[in-house]
Amino acid sequence: MAKSNKPIVWGLFAAGGTVTAFITPVLVLLTLLPVVGVMPELLVYDNLHAFAGHWVGKLLLFGVIFLVLWHAAHRLRITLHDFGVRADSAVAVIVYLAAAAGTLAAAYFLLRI
Amino acid sequence: MSERIVELEVLRFNPETDAEPRFQRYSVPCMNEWVVLDALNHVKEAIDPTLSYRWSCHMAVCGSCGMMINGEPKLACKAFLRAYDGVIRVEPLANFPIQRDLVTVIDDFITKLKRVKPYLVPKSDQPVEAGEFRQTPAELKRYKQYTLCINCMLCYAACPEYALVPKFIGPAAISLAHRYNEDSRDGGREERQQEIASGEGVWECSFVGACSEVCPEHVDPAGALQQVKIRSTVDWYQEHLMPWSKK
Repeated sequence: MAKSNKPIVWGLFAAGGTVTAFITPVLVLLTLLPVVGVMPELLVYDNLHAFAGHWVGKLLLFGVIFLVLWHAAHRLRITLHDFGVRADSAVAVIVYLAAAAGTLAAAYFLLRI
Repeated sequence: MSERIVELEVLRFNPETDAEPRFQRYSVPCMNEWVVLDALNHVKEAIDPTLSYRWSCHMAVCGSCGMMINGEPKLACKAFLRAYDGVIRVEPLANFPIQRDLVTVIDDFITKLKRVKPYLVPKSDQPVEAGEFRQTPAELKRYKQYTLCINCMLCYAACPEYALVPKFIGPAAISLAHRYNEDSRDGGREERQQEIASGEGVWECSFVGACSEVCPEHVDPAGALQQVKIRSTVDWYQEHLMPWSKK
C-alpha cells in the first residue's frame, strides 16, 4: 500500500493548530483590554503600524495568518467529512483556495505597509 | 446484598431464520453488585438458553464481552447494573455485522490487525547465546501504555470514521502498530508504515477522540494516532526533501 501524501496538508494544519492555541487567547485578551478602558502603549495605532512595517513584523504576521488560515481550512474539510459530505476533493479545493486567497491578500497588504 | 429486578432489552438476531433483528425483554432478578454480564449469564442459565453472546474472563482482561449498553460501547463485565436506571438496552457492538444475537463477526478487525504486524520484528537475527535484548525503563515507558490493548474493539464501535469508511484500519490496530514501532528492540517500522501511513491508515482519522473515551484499558488510541501522524509527517519530509537521509 502506498504511503499517503496527507502529511503536506496535515503538517501545516498541526503547525497552525499549535500557533492558534497559543495566539488566540493572547489576541482575545489584547482585544478586551481597550474594551475595559486599558490602553497599553503597545496597542497604539502608530506602534502596531511600525511593527507591521518592519520586515520581522511582516514575516511574523504573514506566518501566523498563513498557518491559522490553513488550519481553519483543513479543520473545515475534516468537519465536513465528519458530517458525511463525501465530496472531499471538491471541499479540499474550495477551502484550501480560500486559505490561499487570504494568505495572498495578507502578503499583498503587508508588502504595501 | 440487596436484590432488584432489572429489565434487560436484548437484541436478538439469527441471520439464518430472522429477516431483521428484534428486541427481547427479560426481567432478571439481580444482585446489586452485579454487572451486565452477570445478568446475561443469569438469563442464559435460568430464563433463555438460546441467547448467544461472547464472554470469557469476567475481569476486563480478555476483551470478549464488548457490547453496546444503552448505546455506549462497554465491556459487559465492567458495566455495573447499579449505574443504570430503568430498562437496560443491550446490543451487539456497533459497526460490525451480527453473527447471532450479541455475537459479532470480527473478521475485518482480525485481518487489519494482521496487516500491521503487531509483533516484534527483530532488527537482526541473534543466536540465543547472545543474550536478551536489553531495554531501559525510559525505553519501556515509550510504548508500555499501548501494550494494554485487549482487542475488545470498543474503539471501533465508537469510531465515527470507521462507521463512515469501513476500510479505515482503525484505532486499536494502528495503536498496536505504534506500540511496536516505538519499541527499541523492533526493526519492523518501515513495513508497518506501508500500511498505517497510507490513506486507509492513520490519515483517515479525524481525531474525534471517541476511541479514547470508551477504551476500558486507558490505552488512549487517539493519542497514539496523533503520535503516528507526527512521526509519519516527519518521515514524509525526510523522504521527499532529504532522500539521502534514508535509514
